[in-house]
Amino acid sequence: MNLPSSPRGQVNPALTSTLLICEHCDTVYRRRPLARGDVARCTRCHAVLERHQRIGLDAMLALVAGVMVVFVQANVWPIITLSLNGEQIRTRLWGIIAMMWQEHSQVVAVLAAATLFFFPLCKMLTLGWLLIFARAGRRAPGFKSLMVLLHYIGPWTMSEVFVLGVLVSIVKAHLYFDVTPDAGVYAYAVLAIFITIFSGIDVRRFWELLPEEAS
Amino acid sequence: MSALPRAHELGLIGCHVCGLVCRDTQIADAACPRCGSALHRRKPNSCARTWALLIAAFILYIPANLLPIMRTVSLGDVDDNTILSGVIELWVKGSPDLAVIVFTASIVVPMMKFLVIGTLLLSVRHCGTTWARTQRAKLYRLVEFIGYWSMLDVFVVSLLTALVQFGFFSQVEPLPGVVYFGLTVVLTMLASMSFDPRLIWDCKDEDD
Ligand SMILES: [Zn+2]
Repeated sequence: MNLPSSPRGQVNPALTSTLLICEHCDTVYRRRPLARGDVARCTRCHAVLERHQRIGLDAMLALVAGVMVVFVQANVWPIITLSLNGEQIRTRLWGIIAMMWQEHSQVVAVLAAATLFFFPLCKMLTLGWLLIFARAGRRAPGFKSLMVLLHYIGPWTMSEVFVLGVLVSIVKAHLYFDVTPDAGVYAYAVLAIFITIFSGIDVRRFWELLPEEAS
Repeated sequence: MSALPRAHELGLIGCHVCGLVCRDTQIADAACPRCGSALHRRKPNSCARTWALLIAAFILYIPANLLPIMRTVSLGDVDDNTILSGVIELWVKGSPDLAVIVFTASIVVPMMKFLVIGTLLLSVRHCGTTWARTQRAKLYRLVEFIGYWSMLDVFVVSLLTALVQFGFFSQVEPLPGVVYFGLTVVLTMLASMSFDPRLIWDCKDEDD
């Protein structure tokens, strides 16, 4: 491959759109257009290089808006109802977090608050903000730092694990009480599905989709 | 040279954060022109960092398993559960399929992470080995993908505690084990993130 040489002392992007490096083994590929449903895999280590993106910007923004609605519901509606001697106790996510913080373990409270509330919220707000401007073909204010932020908070959202946790808790608590899942759990389940869809979307394409403005 | 060129052979460097392909100018503190993150040929001090995080996680994993994670008080009956005894209780009294899920999430997954990341670290020492490269690369991706499911038990304990906080006859209380366990999960996640899978393929005699 003959790439144009660059002056020493500064870093130049090298043919951004035509080259692709496998993140798992450092093999260099030429990018090829992907058809619907295509997944490009690294022939050396079999990691996924690129997926065909079938979700457009409008659909993504709609998805983010949907997630925000479900997210509010998941946090406002109670998650589990416990009935005992005719009394009912309901608990919400923030009830759990506040209780762990005040009475038991602040480490656990921070872990739950971060992975179930702050990181997912941060991710959705950031994506929404970027998408609103992306639809107009522009980079949102703070584009660079927000894209870097998205990269780092990606692995720290755990709503899916929480849904399974609620299920296990209900079965465990059944030994002692009468417990039933509440609306909040269903909201969380929907949220988990949305998050799974989102994890299949590579937001890095924004970098190429939205060229830097000349200013 | 093999048919598949690698970035360093072409004098290229890929940004870890945004994926941009840049020319490798050999500058010590080069930054990605697109996202501003520092450019590295390999994640810096990948092995040392991963070892440190993995060992710290393993040390915390011992109290996480030995100390009880939850106390249930039911009609004066005090019962302290460790992770394993919680799984057994779920198996005996609740549902065996959920017991298998909890066992997988809180015992199999962390153990597997220790073994897999430990093996990967040993295998990339010095110049690395060509032994089972594709399989090792796959194992790494698997471990990265399933790692966070280990948080399951932490959420279960928090939820159960919250449920019965107004405790009538019964009461549930988290015990220190759950804190150690939560920290173990976070540290193993950091360990698998700081490992650089490119090291698996860094060996002079490429014969693929
Ligand atoms: Zn690869």
